[in-house]
Amino acid sequence: MAQAISPPEVAAESGKERYSSDAAGLGKARAGVFMAPALLLIAAFLVFPALWVLYLGLTNYRLTGVAAAEPQFVGLDNLLDAASNPTFWSSTWLTVEFVLGSAVIGQVVLGFTIAWLLRDKRGPIKRVVEGLVILAWILPSAIVSFLWVALLDRDAGTLNALLGMPGMAWLLDHPMLSIIVFNTWRGTAFSMMLYGAALGNVPPSHLESARLAGASGWQQLRDVVFPHIRGHILTNLLLISLWTFNDFSPFLLTAGGPDGKSEVLAVHVYKVALQGGELGYGAAVSTIILLINLVVAVFYLRLLRSKK
Amino acid sequence: MALRKRSLGVVAVITAAGLGLAACGQSSGGGGGGDTIELTITQNAIAGGKNAAAAQHITDWVIPKFEEAQKAKGKNVTVKFVPSGVDDEQYKTKLSLDLKSGKGADVIDLDGIWAGEFAEAGYIKPLSELVGPEADNWDGWAQIPEAVQGMTEFNGKRYALPIGTDGRVLYFNKNLFAKAGLPADWQPKSWQEIIDAGTKLKNAGVPVPIQINAGTAMGEATSMQGVLPLLAGAGGEVQKDGKWTGASQPLKDALGFYQKIYGGGLGDPKLQQEAKGRDKSFQQFAEGKIGILMEGDYFWRGVVNPKTGIAKMADRDQVVGYAMIPAIEPGKGIRGQDFVSMSGGALRTVNPNSKHPKEAFELAAFTLSPEALKEETKDGNVRITPRADVNKEILAGEPLLTYISEKVLPLTAYRPPVAVYPQVSVALQEATAAVVGGTSPDQAAADYQKKLEGIVGGAGNIAS
Repeated sequence: MAQAISPPEVAAESGKERYSSDAAGLGKARAGVFMAPALLLIAAFLVFPALWVLYLGLTNYRLTGVAAAEPQFVGLDNLLDAASNPTFWSSTWLTVEFVLGSAVIGQVVLGFTIAWLLRDKRGPIKRVVEGLVILAWILPSAIVSFLWVALLDRDAGTLNALLGMPGMAWLLDHPMLSIIVFNTWRGTAFSMMLYGAALGNVPPSHLESARLAGASGWQQLRDVVFPHIRGHILTNLLLISLWTFNDFSPFLLTAGGPDGKSEVLAVHVYKVALQGGELGYGAAVSTIILLINLVVAVFYLRLLRSKK
Repeated sequence: MALRKRSLGVVAVITAAGLGLAACGQSSGGGGGGDTIELTITQNAIAGGKNAAAAQHITDWVIPKFEEAQKAKGKNVTVKFVPSGVDDEQYKTKLSLDLKSGKGADVIDLDGIWAGEFAEAGYIKPLSELVGPEADNWDGWAQIPEAVQGMTEFNGKRYALPIGTDGRVLYFNKNLFAKAGLPADWQPKSWQEIIDAGTKLKNAGVPVPIQINAGTAMGEATSMQGVLPLLAGAGGEVQKDGKWTGASQPLKDALGFYQKIYGGGLGDPKLQQEAKGRDKSFQQFAEGKIGILMEGDYFWRGVVNPKTGIAKMADRDQVVGYAMIPAIEPGKGIRGQDFVSMSGGALRTVNPNSKHPKEAFELAAFTLSPEALKEETKDGNVRITPRADVNKEILAGEPLLTYISEKVLPLTAYRPPVAVYPQVSVALQEATAAVVGGTSPDQAAADYQKKLEGIVGGAGNIAS
């Protein structure tokens, strides 16, 4: 490998272009070899499974039974079944609620608010607040959801004990609210840190001039801060929307219940594919999720590009 | 130079990662090199948790004794127990994924009702093909009643050894009954008498008078300890003579009974929806909050067992009463019976992926030898084993299991041994969930029939 990397040959070309497209000076072939291991890994662990899911979605493949041994090609039947299945639509709608509620509104607003309030702070308060928020983010899901089940439990839950209202079944009467609040709490750290860094990029002089001109707090935010961090907001929205869309941890809290009232798409796929054994149908629903994710991603990327 | 060093570092990392992944792909699978034969055995049992006594029996008795016995025959065999302590549905998912990917323990336990779909998928094989004539020549078969042997068969071939059978009864808390002025030797003769007892319990301040499993969260427990015994009590069967039962009167009666309990404040509808509702119902019964509970003998052995239960009741023998499940009215149950029950049973078989099927079969058979079964069931862990010779000895002196084996098993019923049953079962669970949630029994039955048509391949397979 060592011989394959020759010294950069930039000297000869440096006159023609200010920025070389081949900054490392490897040449296309060598660069290709250099990238190959990474690309192979991506192909093996991302592209191939995705294509495999597309294929499975066209079969009646099952976890058990005859169709496990000899799956039949059924074309678009699974997709049509999904389209006519009320559970699928309610799951889709619940997922939209979950993403809007916990990611777009919950995490972004809360994350920005914390970052904004803490922007000039120094010392222990900032460290403690940030520490607590980040702690919620880095703890393993299994542990965190166990704690939340204990918190929200109907009979012996901490929350009911604090509020003095025993018997309030949060996870059963308000399953969506429960998982939305849970996921907001869980994921706010990422937005907070991203906005914290972004706010550092807003030139203090601009804010100072706005203040001198008599701008109120909201006007400063709207006219000075937001234009500066627009790209960060969109990137943040893109990432957390996709993460939340595919998030499985609500399952650990409510298992999709009661009676499917918190069965977001990720949980829906798990239930039909692995518990119900309908791998083909599950793969078809996964395909739809993949398409929705692509649409969401393209939407945000377009917005991002339109800035320039 | 700096550039080169860094690139090499990256290459090294990627290569290492690649090697690591490749290594992951190669490991696992029942090993066994040289002279030592390594076997693994798995059950949905774990020390300190679910079926703790069974787990302990395997690790403390079966494994050392089996290894010893093999050593005496000149074979060097080591056995490892792979524990598991999850809901049956999750255990099934795990097991089928293991078998699908060509892995899994050499000796596996499965619920009898999964045999059909597992066999169709090729996850389990007929024992005579896999093991050889030893399987059919096993001396245990002579001791196993026909109904129990039937659970191991699919399309006329034996796929496994039976581990035992069970029966369902109504358990009740005698202390709460005394408080409500009900007799300690309670035996309802109709559904109305259950409702009446529930009303009295409610008036006496019992928080949950009646618990009969409903909804999808409890999975198969809703079918076996809920809608299926009720259906049988109303004179219906989920499948009869090859035709499935749709929105029939017995089903509407069974769902109507759910409505009376959960719509009438005699049960806790929320408990049926909770993700861990069944475990919680056990806990509540043990704490004296539930008056009447329909369960299998597992409840007596594994839940309120004063020594190894998951919701121990130190005074089980004094406090917990039991009664047969009555038909809706005397003589109105299946086969004109006054009382009904449902039975199932687990199976133990050899994984077709095993490298040592013969030794694995020996291990499975060893766990079902009279000595092993007697050892397993001593110290208050009695259960109904598959062997008549063993049962005769161990059931004496165990009141509930004698009761079940003498009074309940003669009138019990079994689930249809077909691959599609588990899907039908889920549809039944959904029907009960709908009724508990407020849907009328007629509507829920009609919705069930519609789902059933999709599952069993059209209205032609449903009895009109």
